[in-house]
Amino acid sequence: MPEEISVTAQTSEFELTHAKSAVFYGLYERKADLKHRTHYCPGCGHGVVHKLIAEAIEDMKLQDNTILVSPVGCSVFAYYYFDVGNVQVAHGRAPAAATGIKRACPDKIVISYQGDGDLAAIGTAEIIHAANRGEKFTVIFVNNAIYGMTGGQMAPTTLVGQKTTTSPWGRRPVNEGFPLHMCELLSTLEAPVYVERVALSDNKNIMKARRAIRKALEIQRSGLGFSFVEILSPCPTIWGMEPVDARRWVAEKLIPAFPLKAFRDAKPVLPPDTPPPIRPVPEVLEIAGESTHVARKSAHQFQEMKIKIAGFGGQGVLLLGQILAEMGMREGLEVSWLPSYGPEMRSGSAHCHVCLSEQRIGSPLISQPDVLIAMNEISLRKFAPSVSPSGLILYNSNTLPADFEAPPAHIACVPASQIADMLGSAKVANMVLLGALLEATGSMSPETAKRVIADKVKRVELLEMNEKALETGAQYVDKEAWAEAQPDGFPY
Amino acid sequence: MRQLCKGNVAVVKGAILAGCQAYYGYPITPASEIAESAALYMPQVGATFLQAESEVASINMVYGAAAAGLRVMTASSGPGVSLMQEGISYLAGAELPCVIVDVVRGGPGLGNIAPEQSDYFAMVKGGGHGNYHNIVLAPASVQEMADFTGLAFELADRYRNPVVVLTDGFVGQMMEPVDLEFREATVPDKPWAVRGTSETRPNLLTSIYLEPDELEMRERKLEEKYRLVREREPRHELYQTEDAEILLVGFGIVSRLLRSAVETARRDGLKLGLFRPVTLWPFPSEALKQAASRVDRVLVVELSNGQMVEDVRLALDGDVPVEFYGRVGGNVPSVEEVLEHVVGGLTPKETA
Ligand SMILES: Cc1ncc(C[n+]2csc(CCOP(=O)(O)OP(=O)(O)O)c2C)c(N)n1
Ligand code: SF4
Repeated sequence: MPEEISVTAQTSEFELTHAKSAVFYGLYERKADLKHRTHYCPGCGHGVVHKLIAEAIEDMKLQDNTILVSPVGCSVFAYYYFDVGNVQVAHGRAPAAATGIKRACPDKIVISYQGDGDLAAIGTAEIIHAANRGEKFTVIFVNNAIYGMTGGQMAPTTLVGQKTTTSPWGRRPVNEGFPLHMCELLSTLEAPVYVERVALSDNKNIMKARRAIRKALEIQRSGLGFSFVEILSPCPTIWGMEPVDARRWVAEKLIPAFPLKAFRDAKPVLPPDTPPPIRPVPEVLEIAGESTHVARKSAHQFQEMKIKIAGFGGQGVLLLGQILAEMGMREGLEVSWLPSYGPEMRSGSAHCHVCLSEQRIGSPLISQPDVLIAMNEISLRKFAPSVSPSGLILYNSNTLPADFEAPPAHIACVPASQIADMLGSAKVANMVLLGALLEATGSMSPETAKRVIADKVKRVELLEMNEKALETGAQYVDKEAWAEAQPDGFPY
Repeated sequence: MRQLCKGNVAVVKGAILAGCQAYYGYPITPASEIAESAALYMPQVGATFLQAESEVASINMVYGAAAAGLRVMTASSGPGVSLMQEGISYLAGAELPCVIVDVVRGGPGLGNIAPEQSDYFAMVKGGGHGNYHNIVLAPASVQEMADFTGLAFELADRYRNPVVVLTDGFVGQMMEPVDLEFREATVPDKPWAVRGTSETRPNLLTSIYLEPDELEMRERKLEEKYRLVREREPRHELYQTEDAEILLVGFGIVSRLLRSAVETARRDGLKLGLFRPVTLWPFPSEALKQAASRVDRVLVVELSNGQMVEDVRLALDGDVPVEFYGRVGGNVPSVEEVLEHVVGGLTPKETA
C-alpha cells in the first residue's frame, strides 16, 4: 500500500550495500516527490527483487531490449525505477498482456512482474494458460503471502492460520481453502522450461534468487520457452515486523510451507511442427481470381425475387441458398443470403432467406417469399401460408399431405429425395430442387448453376451426380410436378 | 474481385487488408466465424492468431499487442464483451488503439444467440469504468463489415483509442457480395509504442495517475481528444429525407428494414424518410437535427427496448415528437409491422 505508507528516513540494507544499477533511472522523475528513493517500505522484498532484476539486465546487456510489464499491487510503479520500456497492465492480466507483447516482439526480453494476489488469485487463468502455451517470456512472481497494496487482505498464498484483515481468525482451510502452490501447479504442465522457487530470507538465498533470475532471462534470451521464478519475499509493513524479523519469518514460516527448489529445468519435448504456409494476401483472401461475372440471359426478368428454403439440417438447405445467391451475384444481381443459425440448426431444422434483386437490397429478411422450397412437411406447413399469392412452392414429395390447406400460390411437388436416392445419393436432393426451381421460374441460367457447382464440388463423380440431379429436377418439374394445372403466364 | 462472403468473414478480410497484424479472441456465437477465419487467414499472411483462454485474456493480449504498436483486434458477443469491459477501459485510459467487433446477440445474461442491438449502452456509453469513449461504427451490410473494420483501424490509430464495430447476428451471419481490393496498407508510425528498442526505451504506457491534479489533467486531455472526434467523425446516411413528413431512425440491420419500409410507404404516397446513424459514437446529432427539422414526427426502431432512442431524444431536445418501436429476443420487425406503427400511430404501450 505505497500510497498509504508513511515513508521513513530508514533505508533498506540492500540500498546501502550495493551500488545502484544503471538500469535504474538516476532520479525517479515519474514519482511525485522523494525522487531519490523508492516508494517501497524499508525491508520490502520488492526493492531487493528490483535490484536483482536490474543488475541482471545490466550485466546481460539487455537494457535496450527489455519490456517490463508491471502489475497491480505494490509493484504497480515498477516503471518509476526501471529504465527500460514499460507497460503497466490490469490486475492479474500481465501474462496475457505479455503474451501480446512478446508475440509482437519475439526477439525482445519481456518480463511479467507480479504479486501473489495478482498472479495466484485474480490472474490464475492467465498465468496457467501462458505457462501452458509455453509463452517465451519470464515471470517474476513475488510471493509475500499477503495483499500489500490494498492494506493486508488475505492472499491465495496466505498460510494456514495466518491472520489478515480478511481472515481475522487466521486462515481456516475449511473456509478459505489451503495456500496455492504455484510452482508445484505450473510444473505439472508440459510446456514450461524453468520453474524455480527461491526466497529472500538471507544472503545465501538471495544469491540463489539472483542466479535464478539470471537463468530465467538467459532461457528467454535463447528463445527456449517459459521461465518462472517465485520469490518468497518479506512484507514487513503488513506483517507488522521489523525488516530483520520479517526475513526470519520468511525462513521460519514461508519456506517450510513453500519448499525451495527448481521444479522444472528441462526443455519440453515438442512434436514436429508444420507452420501454415505464407501466401500473398490477395490469394489468401480470394480476391486475386478472375471475375466470375456472366451475362444474364434468363427467360424471366424480375425486379426482385425472394426465396425461402427450409428443411432438415443435413438436407443441404443452407448450401442450396448459397448456390442461388452465388448464381445471382455472378449474373450481376444484388443478392443476400441469411441463414437460421445456432440451436435451431441443432434441433434439426434449418432455413435460409435468399434475395435476388436488380436494386440494392433493403431487408435481407423475408416475410413474404415469392418462392418457398420446402424440403420437408414441417417446413411446408410452417411457411406455405406466408408465400405470396402469385408465388411458387416447391415441395419435396410426390403429393401434398392429405389435410394440407393449400394457399393460393402455385405448388409443384417434386420428390427430390426419391430422385436423389435413385441417382445415388440423398445429398443431391437440393440440386434436384434447384433444377426444378430454375426450370419452373426461368429466373437464372442452369449454366450458371453448373459453373457454381463445378467451383464447389471437386470430385468428378460427385460433380456428375450433381449435374444429373439438376437436369432431372428440371425435367420432372416440366412433366409431372404440378399439384394443379400449370397456369399460363406464370410469373415465376 | 466480387465474392460472396459472410459478414463475419468479411470482418477478417477487411482487417487483413487494413494491415491487421494480430487477432486474439475467444469463440462465441454468433461471432465465432470471425475467430475461425482469423485462425485460417492470419497465419497465412504472417499475422498472429491466438485463441485466448477467455475474453478477459483476449482483451489484455490485445492491450499488449497494441502497446507494442501492432494493429490488433478481437471480436465477441454479449457475455464476452461484458468480460472485456475492464480491459477496454484500460485501453482507453492508456490510449491504445485497437478494434473490437461486437456481434450483438439477445438478452441479458446468457439470453440467446439471435440478433439484438441491446449492447448499444454497453459499447456506446462506455460500459467499463471511468471517463472514456469508444468510437463506435455500425455496419449494415457485409461490404460494410469489411470496409468499417478497415476504417476502424484507421480511426483507432488516428485517435489512439479503441474502436468498436457494433453489429448483430444478422449482419454477422448473412452472406452478400463484397468487392475487396488489395492495397498495401499504410500503418502509421507509432513512436509512443514500447518495442524493446533503444528509441522506445523511454516510453511508458499506463493508465494510473495517483495525484488528483495529474489525473484530472489526463482526463481533460482525453476529453479534448473526444471533442475533436465529436467534431470530425460523426457519420450518417440519409434516404428520401428531403420531403419526408415522418423520419424513421435506425442503425445497422434495422436501417435496411427501414429503407424497405420507406420504399413501400412511398409507393402508397406516404412520405417517409430514413436517417441512419453510421457512427453511434460520436452520434451524428447535428445531421439528425437537420434531417428532422421539417418532419412531423420521428420513429426510432431498434432491436432493443430503447437505447439509441435516448441519443435521438437528446439530439432533438423536444423539437419533434420522438416515438419508439422495438423488438427483442431475436425477433425482427417486418416491414409491414413497422409501417403499421407509422400509419396507425403508436399505442402508449409501445412508446418508450
Ligand atoms: C479488478 C481489480 N480488483 C481489485 C483491485 C484492487 N487491488 C489492487 S492490488 C490488489 C492486491 C495486490 O496484492 P499482491 O498481488 O499480492 O501484490 P502486493 O501488493 O502484495 O505486492 C488488489 C486486490 C484492482 N486494482 N483491480
Ligand atoms: S513492504 Fe509490503 S506494503 Fe510495503 S511496499 Fe512492500 S509489499 Fe507493499
